[in-house]
Amino acid sequence: MSARVEMRGLRVSFPSPRGPVEVVRGVSLDLGAEKLGIVGESGSGKSLTARAILKLLPAAAHIRAERLRFDDIDVLTAGERQMRAIRGRRAGLILQDPKYALNPVMTAGAQIAEAWRAHHRGRRRQAMEAAVELLAQVRIRDPARVAGLYPHELSGGMGQRVMIAMMLAPDPELLIADEPTSALDATVQAEILRLIDDLVSRRGMGLILISHDLPLVSHFCDRVMVMYAGRVVEELRAADLAAARHPYTRGLLDCMPSLLHPKPRLPVLARDAAWNE
Amino acid sequence: MSMALFRDWLLSDAPESRRQAACGRAYRGWLSLRHNPLGMAGLLTIVFLLVVSLGAPLLSTQSPDTQHLTLRLAPPSAAHWLGTDQLGRDLYTRLLYGGRITLGMVVAVVAVVAPLGLVVGAVSGYLGGLADRLMMRVTDIFLSIPQLILALAFVAALTPGITSAIIAIALTAWPPIARLARADALTIRDTDFIAAIRLAGASRTRIILRHVMPLCLPSVIVRITLDMSGIILTAAGLGFLGMGAQPPMPEWGTMIAATRGYILQQWWVPTIPGLAILVASLAFNLLGDGLRDVLDPKQT
Amino acid sequence: MTEPMIEVEDLRVRFGTSEVVKGVSFAVPRGASFGMVGESGSGKSTILRALAGLNPNWSGRLRLAGMALGPRRDRAFFRRCQMVFQDPYGSLHPRQTIDRQLSEPLLIHGIDGIDARILRALAEVGLPDVVRFRYPHQLSGGQRQRVAIARALIAGPEVLLLDEPTSALDVSVQAEVLNLLADLQQSRGLTYVMVTHNLAVVSHLCETVGVMQGGEMVERLSAADLRAGRTRHPHTAELRALSTELEEAPA
Repeated sequence: MSARVEMRGLRVSFPSPRGPVEVVRGVSLDLGAEKLGIVGESGSGKSLTARAILKLLPAAAHIRAERLRFDDIDVLTAGERQMRAIRGRRAGLILQDPKYALNPVMTAGAQIAEAWRAHHRGRRRQAMEAAVELLAQVRIRDPARVAGLYPHELSGGMGQRVMIAMMLAPDPELLIADEPTSALDATVQAEILRLIDDLVSRRGMGLILISHDLPLVSHFCDRVMVMYAGRVVEELRAADLAAARHPYTRGLLDCMPSLLHPKPRLPVLARDAAWNE
Repeated sequence: MSMALFRDWLLSDAPESRRQAACGRAYRGWLSLRHNPLGMAGLLTIVFLLVVSLGAPLLSTQSPDTQHLTLRLAPPSAAHWLGTDQLGRDLYTRLLYGGRITLGMVVAVVAVVAPLGLVVGAVSGYLGGLADRLMMRVTDIFLSIPQLILALAFVAALTPGITSAIIAIALTAWPPIARLARADALTIRDTDFIAAIRLAGASRTRIILRHVMPLCLPSVIVRITLDMSGIILTAAGLGFLGMGAQPPMPEWGTMIAATRGYILQQWWVPTIPGLAILVASLAFNLLGDGLRDVLDPKQT
Repeated sequence: MTEPMIEVEDLRVRFGTSEVVKGVSFAVPRGASFGMVGESGSGKSTILRALAGLNPNWSGRLRLAGMALGPRRDRAFFRRCQMVFQDPYGSLHPRQTIDRQLSEPLLIHGIDGIDARILRALAEVGLPDVVRFRYPHQLSGGQRQRVAIARALIAGPEVLLLDEPTSALDVSVQAEVLNLLADLQQSRGLTYVMVTHNLAVVSHLCETVGVMQGGEMVERLSAADLRAGRTRHPHTAELRALSTELEEAPA
């Protein structure tokens, strides 16, 4: 149960006083029931690329592409109504900080139930039961109690679990996780990523994991796309990360301090203008 | 230095001195205001109103107080461009002279209210604790009394007249501004950049004056420009009740109040000063919006 | 002069009714770097803020070069001890030019030769002169953090408190900033106290590491011991395992 995403030559630009500035410059990707990681620095266009699939871009953004399809839907020509049918139902988006993504005046259970009902059209009680079941699926220990809590009563890790439960409620075919753990502690981060990994594999969904952390992404994905200045500079199987060839990918790996392999001085990434081409 | 060279100097990406950077900033601000048609319209209107009011003796055709009782409530004509009022005084002339009083009162009130509200709000919000509670309760007391009644009580205690009216209106106009500045100061005081300035060893006075207050300014400016029309109307109300501008002073609000009975038959008599108030308030609002955009450096 | 630069003894910090730092003690020799690691809420940043004098509600004993510190600090203290914050955007005043922000500490401490000092400070942190009259929003994250470091150093402090100074930056920029901090420590003989959640970063910059959990420093060990896995407390071992797991290439 997974939708195919097909993207050919995606370009996203923003208007500026000096003419349009292109921030995504011809990105192509194909995604089935697999886990794809998109890695890059801030401003590399990684988030915009993934969000373009759902047309969730800032109002000023201008999208062009030779082809951009979500399953049988042409995203480029789809109207708002058609996009709403995809967003939240067939594709879920998990953001960095659950604090800002959850409705502060609704309980966790009610928010999940609402997401569930958007797709299943069940009764209220049924939806609430489904919500508790989903909370159990994201391994919350006392799901019935947590369902009655408000977002401010949840810890960061719990909030992110609630967010995931909410996104899973309509049984989506694709999950986009945009830096889902960078606001969380290391211990929680590993748990959340394992949870996403497990749920995605079990449900046969597609996953796009966006992060700035190359080693982390390679641990949880099948394939990794490395973006630089709006382009994909290298695409490789996660297992082959150590064999990465592009100087940018190598540079990203080398410039991280390491606990096990101390470096007296960190190598600094020397940027090459040729990478922009 | 030629004009183009001067412009390049102003817009330089790498200014060489603090003065060049400051001039460049001001010029950029001016440029961004110039690209804001509504803000420019507001600015030009205000400049026009100020020039016309200050030049009243040169521009007017008669004296503002000369009465022609035979020519009461005349419609606009060649002799009286905007007609005459209930005592046969030339409305055009009175409008020009009235601008001096009305705009003068507005400027005076703002000159008192803006710094007062800003200081009270910023100090209260930044210090917090007991000082904040005390200052905000005082503000609440002023807020809870209806504006016109407080002004009336105050003027009644003093002698009626423009000066008392200005003080009275200022007394009632500062609390909302203080509230606004406090709300801003509350969010600013917990930021890291204020912590960094505290760590530089800056005194509280220095932090409030140089670091907190400039950030409260944009919302205060917008609020004040929105209040301008209210100030004009309160001044008119006080004048109407005999507590503000005294007849035969040609104050715009008083002019409406004195002739409001003629709205059905000789509609232009109260409408003309009314339009003047409308234009002036609108111009202040437009300028305020434009200024807010200019004062935000992220816009440029 | 074997007296430690910073001494913390039985430091306790209370927010309302809950104690968030429960009796922490450590000492940092002059010119050394001490790192505190732990999860959010473990109290590591609270200790740093108490040291900096940003939070007066603490009890215990704090000493800077043998001199006892009270809850309120005088100007002389701020001349000797400075701090760099996590978010380089939030720690710079949004409506002041870099020039203004760098001159403020100099004006406050009555130091003259402002122009020359600002240019020198910018050069020292590797920023071009053009940056001087720009606003923070015109700079990149790494440039902003360099400005924040320049501001902290401009009045010539001996101690720099670093609160997650690289966690808001991209890894390539993080490397540059960590190198810069290492260079500055060497050239100026600075003493660092650093707070981070990243074990690789802390062991890169600091010789000694304190592990915080629930308001207590559960273990103090050398970076070498941390690298080698010679840990005594289970929390340290857990944090280390999580960190190394991600470093290893995926199987």
